[in-house]
Amino acid sequence: MEKPDTAWAALASRRFLISSWPWRSYAYLLSSVPVGALTIALLFAAVGLSLVLSPLIIGIWMLMAFPLAGMVIGRIERWRVRLMIPAGVRSPHATIPPGYRLRARLTFRRRERASLRALGYGLVLGVFVWPLSALFGGISATALGLTLAAPWIAAHEEMGMGPWTLDTGREGWAFLVLFGPPFYVISSYILGALAGAEAELAKALLGPREEELRRNVAELRRSRLDLVDAFETERARIERHLHDGVQQRLVGLTMTLGLAELDLPEGEGRRLVVKAHGEAEAALADLREAVRGIHPRVLVDHGLEAAVREVADRSPLPVSVRMTLPDRLPTPIEGAAYFVVSEALGNVAKHAQATRCEVEGWVAGDRLVVTVTDDGVGGATFDAAGGTGLKGLVTRLDALGGTLDLSSPPGGPTRLRMECPCRLDD
Amino acid sequence: MPARRLSIVLAEDSLLLREGLASILDRAGHEVRDTVGDADTLLAVVRKDPPDVVITDVRMPPGHSDEGLRAAAAIRAELPQIGILVLSQYVADAYLSSLLETTTGGIGYLLKDRVGHVTEFLASLDRVAEGGMVVDPEVVRQLLARRRDDGPLAALTPRELEVLALMAEGRVNSSIASELVVSEAAVRKHVGNIFAKLDLPDGRDRRVSAVLTYLRG
Repeated sequence: MEKPDTAWAALASRRFLISSWPWRSYAYLLSSVPVGALTIALLFAAVGLSLVLSPLIIGIWMLMAFPLAGMVIGRIERWRVRLMIPAGVRSPHATIPPGYRLRARLTFRRRERASLRALGYGLVLGVFVWPLSALFGGISATALGLTLAAPWIAAHEEMGMGPWTLDTGREGWAFLVLFGPPFYVISSYILGALAGAEAELAKALLGPREEELRRNVAELRRSRLDLVDAFETERARIERHLHDGVQQRLVGLTMTLGLAELDLPEGEGRRLVVKAHGEAEAALADLREAVRGIHPRVLVDHGLEAAVREVADRSPLPVSVRMTLPDRLPTPIEGAAYFVVSEALGNVAKHAQATRCEVEGWVAGDRLVVTVTDDGVGGATFDAAGGTGLKGLVTRLDALGGTLDLSSPPGGPTRLRMECPCRLDD
Repeated sequence: MPARRLSIVLAEDSLLLREGLASILDRAGHEVRDTVGDADTLLAVVRKDPPDVVITDVRMPPGHSDEGLRAAAAIRAELPQIGILVLSQYVADAYLSSLLETTTGGIGYLLKDRVGHVTEFLASLDRVAEGGMVVDPEVVRQLLARRRDDGPLAALTPRELEVLALMAEGRVNSSIASELVVSEAAVRKHVGNIFAKLDLPDGRDRRVSAVLTYLRG
C-alpha cells in the first residue's frame, strides 16, 4: 500500500489510526503554538518599534522591509508543513537574475507578491491559528494524557472525570479501557482534520501560484537571454577593438612600407621592404577573416539577408540564397541565424561532397525558419559533420526559444532546419 | 607626378591613417584641402566648397557603422561631379551596392590595404577623378565567385567575365591584355562582345555601364 502524501489521504486510509499521522498532527498543531506566538510577538514589536521610529527615516525603512519578514516566515512554515505534506511546498519566489547586488536582491524579494502573502499568513498564524491549535491540541493532549495515566492517578488519589469519580486503580483501568479507545479514535480524526486544514492553508498561501510558476520560467529564459546578450556584446567589443586598433595599425604599417618602397633604390633593402609589405598584407587579410568570424559587420549594418549572401558568395560551392524576411529582426536572432548558415555552409563544403547548396529563409507566423539543403552524400549527424560549432548553436537557439533539426539520410540530401521565434518577449 | 593636381577632402577618423594618407597624397602633389573625422563635418565641408575628390572611410563616428558610406551617397546625390573614393575594411559588396544605386561613375571602392600600393592607389584616385570606376580586386574576386543563373551576366563566357572583372578593377585594355596574356585586339573584341551582350546603349561611358551591370549582377 502506498504511503499517503497528504493529511486527507491519510485520513481516508484504513490504517490511519495505527499510522504516524495522528502523532504528526499533534506535532504540527502543537508546534504552531510557539512559532505562531513568537511570530505575532515579533511582528507587533517590530510594528511598534517602527511606528515609534517613523519620524526617523529608519522607521519607514523598517515598515518597507516588512515583506522580507514574510520571506522568513514562509521559509520556516514551508519547512514545518513537511510534517503534514511530506513532499513539501515549493517556494513561490522567482529566481533572482544573476549579477544583482545585495540591495537589488532585497528589493526584488520585497516587491514580490509571494513575500506579502507569506506575511499575511504570518498574521493569520499569529492571530487565529495558534490559539485554535493550542485549544484543541492542548485539550486533546491533556485528555489523552490523563486517560493514559488514569490507573496510576486513581490508585493514589481521587480523580474526577466528568460525571464519574475514580478512586481505585481498578476504576482507573476500567476508564482507560472503556474511554481511551473511543477517545483516541474521535480525537485523532478531529485533530488530523484540523492539522490537515492548517497545512492546506499554509500551502495555499506559501506555495507558488500559477502565474508565479509561469513568471519563474520567464525569468529563467530572460536570464539565459541576458547571457546570450552578454556574449554578443563581448563579441562586438572584441571586433571593435581589433578593427579600430590592430587593423588600423597594420594598414598604417602597409602605408609606411609602401612609401618606403618608392624611396628605396633597387636592391636587397628594397626587396626586404617589399617582402615585409606582402607579409603585412597577408596579416591584414587573416585579421579580416578573423574579425568577420567574430562579429560580421555586414550583419550589423545590412541585416541577415545581406550577411547570408556574403557567406554564400565566399563558399567554394555554388550556393543559391532565397530569403523573404522582414526588414530587420532582433540582433540575437539575426546573429544565431547567421552563425547557423555560416557553420552549415562550412560543414557542407568540408564534408558533404555536394555540388550545390541552397539557403532559404522565411517567416511562418511568428517564427523565423531558415533551411540549408545540399545535394551531398548525407549521413551527417550533429556529432560527426556538425562538430562542436552546431552544438554550441543549439544551446544558443535554445535560449532564444528556437530549435535546430538535421535530416540527413544516407545518400542525401542533407537538410538543416532552424526555427526560432521572431520576437524576444514572451 | 599626377595627371592633375586634385583638391581632396579626406574623411577618416583614425588619426594614424589620416596622417598616413595625407602624407601620401601630399607627396603625390595633390592638395589635401580638409581632413575631417566624422560624417557630419564631411558633408558640411563638402557643401561649403566642393573639392575634386572625396576620400572617405566607411565606418565613422558617431555610430561607427556605415556613416561614411551614407555621407558619400548624399554627396553623390547632391554634387554628382565630385569623385568619391571609399576606403573600406570590408570585402562585402553590400556596402558597395548602396553606393552604386545612384551612381554612374567617378566612384571607387578600395580596401584599405590597397593604399599601401602607393602607385596603384594614386592611379585609382586619378581614374575616379576623371569619372571612371575602380573596384578593389578582392571585392571583384568575390563577386566573380557568385554565379547567378538568371541575370544579365548569364550570357557571358568565362573569358568575357574575366575581362569584365578586370575592367571593374579599373584596368585599361592594354593592362587587361598583359594580365590575361592575350593581344590587345583580342581584348577589344571581348569588350565589344560584352557591350553587345549586355545591350548597353551608346553615348554614355559604356565601360562604366558594363562594370555597373556587372557589379549589380
